[in-house]
Amino acid sequence: MSTSAGITEPRGWFRRVLQANAWLVYAFFYLPIVLLVIYSFSDNRNVGVWGGATLDWYREFANDEPIKTALGNSLKIAAASTTVSVVLGTMAALALERYKFRGRGFFDALLYLPVIIPDVTMAVMMLLFFAEAAKILGFSRGFSTITLSHIAFSISFVSIVVRARLAGTDEKLEEAAMDLYASRWQAFRYVTLPTIMPGVLGGGLLALTLSLDDVVITQFVTGGGWNTLPVYVFGLIRKGVTPLINAVSVVMLVASTVLVGLSLLAQRIRGGEPV
Amino acid sequence: MTALSRRAPAEDGIATPEFEAAHERQKRWRGFLMALPAYAYLLLFFAVPLGIVVVYSFGTRTRFGTTELSGWNLESYEKLGRDLVQQVLFRSIWLALLTTVICLVIAYPFAYYMATRSARVRNLMLVFVMIPFWTNFLVRNYAWYVILGTDGPFSRVAEFLGFGPTRLLFTQSAVVMGLVYGFLPFMILPLYAAIERIDGRLLEASRDLGATGYQSFRRVLLPLSMPGVIAGSILVFIPSLGAYVTPDILGGAKTTLLGSYIVTQFLSARDFPFGAALSTVLMALMLAATIVYFRRGGRTL
Amino acid sequence: MTNPPPTDWTATSPPVDDAAIAVNLTGITKRFGDVTAVNDIDLQIADGEFFAMLGPSGCGKTTTLRMIAGLEFPTEGSLQIFGVEVGTQPPNKRPVNTVFQNYALFPHLTVRDNVSFGLRMQGTNKREAARRADELIELVQLSGMEKRKPAQLSGGQQQRVALARALVNEPQVLLLDEPLGALDLKLRQEMQTELKSLQRDLGVSFVFVTHDQEEALTMSDRIAVMHEGNLLQVGRAEDLYERPESRFVADFIGQTNLIDATVADADMIVLTNGTKVKAPNPHPAGTSVAMSLRPESIEIGRPGTVPTEYEPTSLPGVVKSVTYLGHALVYDVGVDWIDLEVRTENVPAEQRFTVGDDVAIWWDRHADWVVPNE
Repeated sequence: MSTSAGITEPRGWFRRVLQANAWLVYAFFYLPIVLLVIYSFSDNRNVGVWGGATLDWYREFANDEPIKTALGNSLKIAAASTTVSVVLGTMAALALERYKFRGRGFFDALLYLPVIIPDVTMAVMMLLFFAEAAKILGFSRGFSTITLSHIAFSISFVSIVVRARLAGTDEKLEEAAMDLYASRWQAFRYVTLPTIMPGVLGGGLLALTLSLDDVVITQFVTGGGWNTLPVYVFGLIRKGVTPLINAVSVVMLVASTVLVGLSLLAQRIRGGEPV
Repeated sequence: MTALSRRAPAEDGIATPEFEAAHERQKRWRGFLMALPAYAYLLLFFAVPLGIVVVYSFGTRTRFGTTELSGWNLESYEKLGRDLVQQVLFRSIWLALLTTVICLVIAYPFAYYMATRSARVRNLMLVFVMIPFWTNFLVRNYAWYVILGTDGPFSRVAEFLGFGPTRLLFTQSAVVMGLVYGFLPFMILPLYAAIERIDGRLLEASRDLGATGYQSFRRVLLPLSMPGVIAGSILVFIPSLGAYVTPDILGGAKTTLLGSYIVTQFLSARDFPFGAALSTVLMALMLAATIVYFRRGGRTL
Repeated sequence: MTNPPPTDWTATSPPVDDAAIAVNLTGITKRFGDVTAVNDIDLQIADGEFFAMLGPSGCGKTTTLRMIAGLEFPTEGSLQIFGVEVGTQPPNKRPVNTVFQNYALFPHLTVRDNVSFGLRMQGTNKREAARRADELIELVQLSGMEKRKPAQLSGGQQQRVALARALVNEPQVLLLDEPLGALDLKLRQEMQTELKSLQRDLGVSFVFVTHDQEEALTMSDRIAVMHEGNLLQVGRAEDLYERPESRFVADFIGQTNLIDATVADADMIVLTNGTKVKAPNPHPAGTSVAMSLRPESIEIGRPGTVPTEYEPTSLPGVVKSVTYLGHALVYDVGVDWIDLEVRTENVPAEQRFTVGDDVAIWWDRHADWVVPNE
């Protein structure tokens, strides 16, 4: 990224302090996760106590209908919101990065807000919005309200990731394509899209992760018994924990790790820079 | 070519200012159309809801828990002066500040160390910071719940070390710990971005000019990495202030923070106007922080 | 040093046969907001010509090239390619192709796919496109690299891919935007020769944008010099060097001494200090002009050694500095109100002048050249 000379590595005790700090940070990051995985195999009703190895909790998870329904809901919502936000977010990124138009500055600011606004505030916004909208349109809450809310914050994240990628690609490539007899659409299809693909994939995976992660906003706009997995698990935790939650958590953990892995792999293969 | 043919219309294939202007307009229009779906979506599903929250904050809660929007008043904002609310506000700000400072103290040496390593090691270190950042937030909080619980591993270790049975769960310390755990990557990433782009020769130059290690940190490294410090602090402070999941799981009923307090107004107290007013305050704080950040010329989001 | 007496002051650009005009710009202007990037230029480029557009950055040369390519539309004026008006056509409808600055190769495509891109976009089937791409890849000596990605190629190889990618479409005119700018000196000189011979073999017009005058002078049949959006002069290398039409061109092409003066009559000018110097010129008496004197056209000697026939074109001076260049010596001679650069062949040390020496300088009356001051 930068061509300036890097900072040289420190020596002596100072270096050892820095090293120790780094290892402690990683321990802090990963120890809880490792412990959680271990306890999910523990044969003890008490969540934090080891009681011999078992797969019971995973078995229970596999047979638990509400959890499976919630998981299905989560996946449906994540798929729908990701698809829409990838299309809208990519278009927004292209417009902002490659064109000038009236209202561009305001749009730019509006697009940043959902990223910095706290979850709780966004949840309140969506709750009141749908409450008011329902007075006029009379729809019921559930899949649609959750998906619409998830799209509202995902568009911004997708567009930021895609814009970063677009900013790093030479606008001349599109001109070269046009010079080589490509129509505007062909230039987009065969040159622009392939070069920004790592950004689009990265943005999409980020949107997917955010949708699968969200508790607060979903909890505020859900209705009609529509639960996503995080909301359902959150409810379970508040009611009192059982090792079943450990198992569910580990499954969610594995899912998000796989997603990150895929995202990194996608960028590596495409030769892109990490997002 | 004569002056006459230069004025010929675009149909002849000869460029005219009118043709050029039309082409420019068409290009702008194309950009606008491309932005339009997301633009319209965010106006409807973000800007309008934002406005509704502000409108609600001037409404009145009826005795039945519904909201009366006619007759604007400042009642909800007046409630901000109540002792209980002040307590929640100050506690939230205090804990969010504490979280920010702890993150800064841990993340600065970490980011500095990362910046001194080779590109390969750096990227690897970065990936391992990103993974927890991407893993499910609820699950990460829950992991601490398990660890800090009554019979959990933490109290076992404490007992083994002779501290007696210790339970950290449902205390403010647990909440701060959870917040630090959740938002530390938000501090590391901008700090690293800021320190990485500093020219190492500047530090060597300061040492060459007789500065001690501390002086070259204080006079060179720190000022140069300030945009990262500010960006990281805002990225940690704001979500800490609005945190809901962490205080709910790790703080229990005792440690109400602004985020959870807002949720309570909607899900149990059903005082929508007051909840909306609190949300508006939170948003105002966030906007103020963001403006401070951009004023100081930072650009490392 | 012995130039023919300059008589024709205007037609430095050889007339071009109408039928053989590849690119014809008439009254072309391009404005970006309040900035006029290209100001009302007329320019004809002949078929089969190696044509350079030369000027400092921001002079409008690249904008002109982009207008020919269709990447920019002129604000006004007529732009014809082989007699067809194309000023309002998008780039994909024009029979020209471009070698971009820094090449703009598609990073996600292999060399073969890069080269066949234009053919594929025009509807050529995949096999035929690949076959013709391979021919061009062979022409630019990159056989065996068909499956590589641009990032796996050296700068010089990328340059060749960019050439092949443009030429495979058999453009009627090839446009090149600073194509050698990113290469190091040695590779640059190699590519100059190669480009020139490629152009000769293909017989297609090359329009070449550069800020490097040496490159322009060595490669081109004709050169257009641009400055601040204006086309100052079009001509062969020697026209520009020996018969510049403006102070800017005289100063920009090669090294020269510019001495301010006023025209006395058709055969005489008056320098700032009142010295009268013989200099044939076409300007009316009283015109503010500058006399251009190339450093190598000036002779230097001891005072009083000026040959009689050079008396009307001589000045006394003092050596202010001497620079030793090995094959040559450069004197900085202070002449009363101005310093002049004088370049001579190297001579034995005892014959050299040293700082502080009183000297006389003189030149052939046909070596000076008078340009109007703007």
